[in-house]
Order: sequence, then C-alpha cells, then structure tokens
Amino acid sequence: MTALALYVRGTSPVHRSPAGLKLLALAGLSVLLFAVPTVPVAAGALAAVLAVGVVAARLPVALLARQVRAVWVWLVALAVVTAIVGGVASAALVTLRLLALVLAAAVVTATSRVSELVAVVERLCAPLRLVGVRPARIGLLIALTLRFIPLVAERADRVREAQAARGGTVRGVRALVTLVVPLLVQVLQLAHTTAEALDARGADDDEARSGRMRG
Amino acid sequence: MRRRRPGPRAEPAADPARGIELRGVGHSYGERTVLAGLDLQLTEHRIGVIGANGSGKSTFARLLNGLVQPSAGQVLVDGLDTATQLRAVRRRVGFVFQDPDAQIVHPTVAEDVAYGLENQGVPPAERAERVAAVLERYGLAGHADHPAHLLSGGQKQLLAIAGVLVMRPARIVFDEPTTLLDLVNARRVAQVVAELQQQVVVVTHQLDLLDGFDRVLVVDCGRVVADDAPAPAVAAYLALMAGR
Repeated sequence: MTALALYVRGTSPVHRSPAGLKLLALAGLSVLLFAVPTVPVAAGALAAVLAVGVVAARLPVALLARQVRAVWVWLVALAVVTAIVGGVASAALVTLRLLALVLAAAVVTATSRVSELVAVVERLCAPLRLVGVRPARIGLLIALTLRFIPLVAERADRVREAQAARGGTVRGVRALVTLVVPLLVQVLQLAHTTAEALDARGADDDEARSGRMRG
Repeated sequence: MRRRRPGPRAEPAADPARGIELRGVGHSYGERTVLAGLDLQLTEHRIGVIGANGSGKSTFARLLNGLVQPSAGQVLVDGLDTATQLRAVRRRVGFVFQDPDAQIVHPTVAEDVAYGLENQGVPPAERAERVAAVLERYGLAGHADHPAHLLSGGQKQLLAIAGVLVMRPARIVFDEPTTLLDLVNARRVAQVVAELQQQVVVVTHQLDLLDGFDRVLVVDCGRVVADDAPAPAVAAYLALMAGR
C-alpha cells in the first residue's frame, strides 16, 4: 500500500469521526505545537497521537512506522542541523514536533476515506461558488491527482524499461529527455481518454454533484 | 446557505423500442473523413463491430453515447438526439474503454464505482448498497478499500465495467474491452458481457467474443461493408483482410 492510499478499513471511534473534525484536530495540533514550543508539549502530543492511532484507532504499528521511514532522512538531517545551530534541546523539540505531525497526518488519512477528505475540501471551497468556481471540480481534481500519481509513475517505469530493453542509457540529461517526451505523450493520451470517461460517467451533472461524496 | 439536495433529474420522453438509430451519419477529423453514410437501426441485444485498425470502429462506438458528435446526420438513442439531449443519452448508454486505467478516476475501488452514482445524485445509503452489490457480483468486494492501481489488469477491467453497470444504463458500448487482457481475464470479461441483460455493442478484434451475438457490423474505410449474423459477417471480414 502506498503513502497515497493509506486508508485502513475499521470501525473504531476514530474511523467513525467526521473527516472534517479530524482535519480540524490536525490543524489545531499544528497550531499548538508551534504556539507552545516546548519539549514536554511536543512529547505529550506525540504520545497522544500514538495513543489515538494505535490504541483508539487500532492501526497497525507497522503502518505508522512506514510513514516515519518515509521521512526519516529529513528528520535526521533536521535534527543534526538544529543540534549544531541551537543545541540538543532544540533538536529534540524539532524532531518530536515533526514526528507528531507526520504521525497525526498518517492517523487522519488512515482512518478517513479519500472521498471523505475530498468532501471536506469541497465544503470548504463552497463559498467560491460566488465567484463561479465549482467545488465539485476541485474535489475531482484532488481525487484524480491522487489516482494518477501512481499511474504516471507506473507509465514512467514502462518507458524506462522500454528504453533499457533497447539498450538506452538510464543516466544523464539525455536519458531524462528521452523519458519525459514519451511519458508526456502517454500522459496526454491518458488525459484525453480520461476526459472522455468523465463525460461518459456524468461528470457534467453539476447540479446533482452538489451533494456528492457524503455517504 | 442551504445546499440544494441532489435528486434524479426529470428524464425527457424516450422510446426504448427504437434502440439506437444512425441517420445519414458521417464524421470527419478536419479534412480526414473517418465515417460516412451510416444509416442503421440497432435494436438487437448483442451487436459486434469489427474492422481493421483505423477503420473508424472507435469513432463509431463514441458516436453512440455522444462522446463524439457526428459531423453529418443524427444519432438517436431511444429517440433522443445525442446532439441536443446529451445528458439523457449518457444516462442510457454506458461506455467501457479499452484501457481501464483511463476510466478509473478515484484512488480506491469502492469510491471509483460510486463516482457515477454521485454524479447522478443517488442518495448515500442507496449508493453504498448499489456499490456493494456490484462489487460482490464481480468478485471485487474484498478489494473495496484497496487502491485501484494495485489491481491486476483483469480486475481493473472488471472495475471499469462495474463502474458503468452500477449506473444501470439500458445499453452499454464496449470499445475493445479484452485487447489488453490475458486469455483468462479476456474470457472472464467475455462471460460478463455475455451475461448482461442490457443491449451491448462491442467493438473488438477478438472474433470469438462474437459467439452468440445477434448481429455483427464490419466497418472498413469509414463505411459498414457487411451487416449480418456473426458467421457470415466474420467470413466477409476475413475475406476482406485476406485481400490486403
């Protein structure tokens, strides 16, 4: 499972909580951690996040560990630089704070479906209707982005393999150009067909879509 | 501000007995004519469309639910014109593409199936029920919350079909649905197509997919050059290709 598709099916109170509430809590935690920059608060926040994620939401520890592994290089680099510049206490604060936020975000995405998170974004964007923006389109844009990142990565791998199979180099600027051009062509073709698919599946029914993704 | 409650749209009057009608239909991309002089009425349950690459098959398929508008003539579905009653037509005609990756628009399986229902304004409870039922039917229930990109090619094509079927269209157009699949998955998709109660129009290069079909059109250079039962139509197609 990739970082883009973290959702873990469950029936815990955390899973059942509205996605908007979870996002609000995440935002509140971020504000708290930066408004009260002390090690005890950061450590307490980290402990609370772990309690919510592992105990209340019953998420696998391995899943949370994967999220930390994805950013550990940055965590270590940041800790080292901060320790040199501001001392060990500052490094501990920065590391604990970042760790708490990364894990809190992981808990939110692991307990909320993409459609629920997108629905929150759509609700937040609702006032933009006044200036002619369609919130449903913004939601669709987010969903499509999440869907197509792994797909484009997969297509890039295919192009690389095709180049390698024909003796192409896999290094240097030339390799990058020979990767980007065919990939761009493929992505444009994919985008064209996807646009057709969206039409075929009723993406233009905007009035009905005003109430989408709430189930 | 109160949100407008979604609800089914009022459907314009339609006559299902008329099926799909093409009246003097032609289509051009700029100077290049890809279809010309098509006069057809498609009322049979299963209709196949075969032809060489570039013969105009895919454009023909796209005309049937208004993805492509004719440059000349009219396409009517149950009497509804694809040019003027497009939304009503698309609710009646589902479309399954060759590449399921292009058709799957949401990151996870259940969310993708639900997408068309959201567009139709189906209430959440009914939506969840219909999604669960269609996933169960196509053996995808265990994958409901899985990322779509992790499915196999066959599962992706089944997901694409499920995403169309959940909208309960009266007719479904398939554009080469088995081309990217291995033998086992191609057979599975063929079985799914064979079991559908809806009218199906299948564009394909896989001639054995046409077994049991009611009618097969052979398209060549933008024209229907044979229109018959599967066996004679396929024979005409093979004879046509043998001369090239």
